[in-house]
Amino acid sequence: MATVETNPRADITAQPTGLALRRFKDKSFIIWGVLATLIGLGTLAALVGDLVVDGAHRLSPEFFMTFPSSDAAHAGILSAWVGSILVIITTAAFAIPVGVLAGVYLEEYAPKNPLTSAIEIAVNNLAGVPSIIYGLLAVGLFVQLLGMGQSILTAGVTLGLLILPVVIVATREAVRGVPQDIRNAALAVGATKWQATSHHVIPYALPGVVTGVIIGISRAIGETAPLILIGGLTFVAFLPVTLPGDHKFEVIGAVDQYGAPMTPEATELVRIHHDGVVVMPDFSEVAVEAGQEIELPHGATVQTVADLGDAVASWSPTNWLGSDFTVLPIQMFNWTSRPQAAFLENAAAAGLVLLFITLLLNGAAIWLRYRLRKRIKW
Amino acid sequence: MEGLSVQRDFTVKRMRPGEHVIEGVLFLAAALAIAVVVGILFVVISEAAQFFAEVSFWKFVTETRWTPLFENPSYGIAPLLTGTFMSTLVALSVAVPLGLLVAIYLSEFASARVREVVKPVLELLAGVPTVVYGYFALLFLTPILQSFIPGLPGFNLLSAGIVMGLMIIPYIASLSEDAMRAVPQSLRDGSLAMGTTRLETAFRVVFPAAISGIVGAIILGMSRAVGETMIVAIAGGQLPQIVTSPTQQGATVTAFIAQVALGDIAFGTIEYQSIFAAGLALLVLTLIFNFIAFAMQRRFREAY
Repeated sequence: MATVETNPRADITAQPTGLALRRFKDKSFIIWGVLATLIGLGTLAALVGDLVVDGAHRLSPEFFMTFPSSDAAHAGILSAWVGSILVIITTAAFAIPVGVLAGVYLEEYAPKNPLTSAIEIAVNNLAGVPSIIYGLLAVGLFVQLLGMGQSILTAGVTLGLLILPVVIVATREAVRGVPQDIRNAALAVGATKWQATSHHVIPYALPGVVTGVIIGISRAIGETAPLILIGGLTFVAFLPVTLPGDHKFEVIGAVDQYGAPMTPEATELVRIHHDGVVVMPDFSEVAVEAGQEIELPHGATVQTVADLGDAVASWSPTNWLGSDFTVLPIQMFNWTSRPQAAFLENAAAAGLVLLFITLLLNGAAIWLRYRLRKRIKW
Repeated sequence: MEGLSVQRDFTVKRMRPGEHVIEGVLFLAAALAIAVVVGILFVVISEAAQFFAEVSFWKFVTETRWTPLFENPSYGIAPLLTGTFMSTLVALSVAVPLGLLVAIYLSEFASARVREVVKPVLELLAGVPTVVYGYFALLFLTPILQSFIPGLPGFNLLSAGIVMGLMIIPYIASLSEDAMRAVPQSLRDGSLAMGTTRLETAFRVVFPAAISGIVGAIILGMSRAVGETMIVAIAGGQLPQIVTSPTQQGATVTAFIAQVALGDIAFGTIEYQSIFAAGLALLVLTLIFNFIAFAMQRRFREAY
């Protein structure tokens, strides 16, 4: 009969050999983990600190209200932030409806067929395409083929396409999170599918959708590479929109890219809206009054002062969509690539503004997501 | 009976006409994704094809100089590829160890409260505009590195790569953490019950179980690094040369495209087409990486 060999001195509470070392390794790993995390967080702090040290003293109301200039001390970001806002308005107007509708389609409507999988594969792949490739698309398709020019419209649509996957994926996740019961209840009382979707599913999914949209918009604001390709100008000393009191320059007739009249003998009947001056092609000046109608040769420039009505009218998208532009990140890039220290200070200040906006938006998105998780319990 | 014609055939699906219109609109929005993919492929391939009509593909692959803007142009993609690989290598050697340490710490050691705070703050790192990172690399990190490495040029791939690595930490950390948290608790419990420490469980049980997700995360980070433009364009220098050490300056594929675009390019010229050829190389690289990452992540999802 076999007996179980036991060691009478074995103490089951005794620690196996080497346990102290293993425990020490276990504990000390926490230090490594915390250290790695702190390097990440420290980077963020160093980034902000560096920009503050270099550029905070340049932040003044004047910095926001002046155009870029070859004189670094008096250069500002007026055209850059106005350009950024206009481009982002275009981006949002394009990407939000298209992205949300596409996300809703894929979750609620899409049949299971090869076409749907093709769309899904396309969305997944677009999310991984480097941003500069979107710039190539914009140059080749929008600027070259469709003749949209190097304009705010081109920039807005390009960035819109860039953030489309972000909006689509966020919408899908949010819509998927709405319980099936909600849909069934709506359909049971006779709602059509679109009524159930638009009255019930989308409103419940909205916070999640908004989170995705904010992250997408924040990415579009900071994006530089594709806009460099479509020729976001680095030196823009005008605004696509006017303010009351601004000088307005209206060039008469067909002129070439240097402002010279293409057909020097042609004239055009022009109605003058405000008091001002007309500069003739030979640079002689003629004073004009509001309401006057005069025959002007091509190449003449009407210089008047904008009133409130002009300023409001200039905000119509038809006025600024085709305009040249610059945006904050391009302005910052331009200043960063100059050797003079004074311009680098401007770059740091522009970077601070940019960082503030993007961190604020990202923070808002994170907060929204956090609240969403806390509040809604289906 | 004739008057009460309520006998509808409920097996037939009837829709209000408007519903069809709405469904069509929704479909068009979704189908735009395909159109964009086709558009990108069409533009890049057709312009690159014109490029390859003038420059033989063989020369593109084998020549070792990339000087499209010179009098005697040479179109070897190799210098740009070595620049891209070097900066990516540096980025990964920063981001992979740090990202994985953070992921293991957050997933296996940190309390829920620490995780709730640290994860979103780390994600802010991914939200910083890349042009700001470029500034940071050129004017903050490079001077610091120069005090350690004498003779380091003002533009170098080391500094650009390190900052790029810091930028992709959140991608790698966040996705790897998701992969590790998806490992069933029973595996951990089983391991701990055998008397292992948390660290041993993390490295010998959780990490191997989540490996395909983790590799997927790393490849995704790699794809980000390969496609990143502004950091390398600002801090890496834009000199296309065969790069053998990260302390050299060099141009990446992306930096070259940006550099050409900054100058005055005339449409239809060979210089203009060369950025599409470079773009095609970039697109192929990132699509391969994305595909591998996607396949890897799918495998890890199916595991349990």
